[in-house]
Amino acid sequence: MVIRAAPRASRGLWRDALSRLFRNGPAILGLIFIAIFVVGAVLAPIIAPYDPTVGTLALSRHGPNLTHLMGTDLLGRDEFSRVLYGARISLVVGVVAVAFGLVFGTAIGAIAGGMGGKVDTVLMRVTDVLLAVPGILLAIGIVAWLGQGQIQIMLAVGISYAPIFARLLRGSLLALREADFATAARAEGATPARILLRHLMPNALTPLIVQATLALATAIIDVAGLGFLGLGPGDPRAPEWGEMLTDSARFLQNAPYLILFPGAAIVVSAIGFNLLGDGLREAIDPRLKR
Amino acid sequence: MLRFIVRRILGAIPVLFGLSVILFLFLRLLPGDPAIAILGQHATPELVAQIHAALGLDKPMYVQYLNYMGQLLQGNFGSSFIDGRAVVDTFALRFPVTIELTIGALIFAVGLGIPLGRLAARHPNGWIDGLVTVLSLFGISIPIFVLGYTLVYIFGVELHWLPSFGPIDPRLNVQPVTHLPIIDAVLSGKPGNVVDAFAHLVLPAIALGSIPLAIVTRITRASVIDVSNEDYVRTARAKGLTNRRVDDRHIMRNAWLPVITVIGLQVGSLLAGAVLTETVFNWPGVGSWVVTSIQNHDYIVVQSLILIFATIFLVVNLVVDIGYAFLNPRIRYS
Repeated sequence: MVIRAAPRASRGLWRDALSRLFRNGPAILGLIFIAIFVVGAVLAPIIAPYDPTVGTLALSRHGPNLTHLMGTDLLGRDEFSRVLYGARISLVVGVVAVAFGLVFGTAIGAIAGGMGGKVDTVLMRVTDVLLAVPGILLAIGIVAWLGQGQIQIMLAVGISYAPIFARLLRGSLLALREADFATAARAEGATPARILLRHLMPNALTPLIVQATLALATAIIDVAGLGFLGLGPGDPRAPEWGEMLTDSARFLQNAPYLILFPGAAIVVSAIGFNLLGDGLREAIDPRLKR
Repeated sequence: MLRFIVRRILGAIPVLFGLSVILFLFLRLLPGDPAIAILGQHATPELVAQIHAALGLDKPMYVQYLNYMGQLLQGNFGSSFIDGRAVVDTFALRFPVTIELTIGALIFAVGLGIPLGRLAARHPNGWIDGLVTVLSLFGISIPIFVLGYTLVYIFGVELHWLPSFGPIDPRLNVQPVTHLPIIDAVLSGKPGNVVDAFAHLVLPAIALGSIPLAIVTRITRASVIDVSNEDYVRTARAKGLTNRRVDDRHIMRNAWLPVITVIGLQVGSLLAGAVLTETVFNWPGVGSWVVTSIQNHDYIVVQSLILIFATIFLVVNLVVDIGYAFLNPRIRYS
């Protein structure tokens, strides 16, 4: 089977896809935005000029200037350092949340699409139930249930994405099950588990990768949304973009930059992942491009 | 057609049933005892047992669930721990505000999204298309609260063009009759009140409508481009019909269908987005009620509201599906 010769055959597909991706202007822009976000997050302790948790009250709400590039917040803390450290939280929480969603969603989707029949029906009804709760509300409900904290937020956002991944994977698996190579493997006497894992899954993964990239954009926005609603990690020492916005909303009139910078940080990272996701989709399936 | 409708309605029932089970367990598995929450620190074992008996918490789980379902079916969603008011009563006061906001956002999204999508589709990959693509990218990448505060800052704080907070100026003393701010303003008989209510709706509707706008625009564009490549469109052009006639009669008639489905799906994102929008703009709707209930640990309210939102979402999509099947006979028989 093609999958057996995976290194060579898939290098063709992926090398083609990558070269198309790198010739796609918007995708490159997306990668640059993501790079800014990731570098800022990883190197925050080195780049940040100040401790994000320590402020000088005398410097409360100073506008952007040369010593404080993005100004200072109510407690006189350096906004630039806080935005940088905020990137760490958004990156870690966003990535882990999407990873949780992928793990739960892939497990459900693989079992449902692989086994079919009653198991499929039951699992899909459960995802229907979860999908009936619109958008961020499911995550809000789960955080309200589990309590505040980083892990809880990751789980909440992850669980709210799981049904989307499950549906997507199940759909591809159902279509692939009837493909000739699957029939051939079945005829060769491969076990259902082997067909699922070695033959169907590798071919069903590409739409998941695209969806996961786009989900990272949504995750960053949703995590900030939870923070904004007061359901953030709840650690006053750790700056979270959404929480920073809530804290500053009262000073919109005098200190609009306290909304502008964390807000721009969220938008730039979300745009980055959205552009990359769209680029990946077109790179993997060039027919989609118009 | 009737069979299709019945099948779709029957299909929604297990989902609602499943959701009620999950929400019921969610409430029961919450850390903390509602009796302690009601009594506070002065709870004695006897009082706790009394409350448990009163709330039916001493019965087995399945009995509790059946009681809960029985109450739900009678429209009793329980009462708030905080003010003791029935969820249904407060909901009736607050929901109209959310409806007005949601409809405002939907009008903004659909009213602007469809023309923008059609415009972009006219010359795919042209400069207008590029501009529209960038706009919709922003639309899906900017959180409601960031856009909301940006709008408040620009149009409220700096330009003083539009009011930023609440659905209507409280100093106008408009009597609540329907609790829909604009309708109440109309009923008050003063044109000034109506203008004020509309002005208050503009910014929140834009903030809430930004994501649906982006999605409606994208889908309209894609759908119009799709249909434009059909043979019958080429035939229509070849036989010399005007562009306008081809657009209206041949392209849009068919391009509508996916757009309608997507509009139905947006109702969910609008309801969820209302939670954020009402918080930013201080609207006393259901969305901001979710937030205050979570802050007050008023879980019966949170649970009921999630169930109600999901029901609305399912019903709207059911209506959209049925409307879709009505418009497109191919769906009915599949």
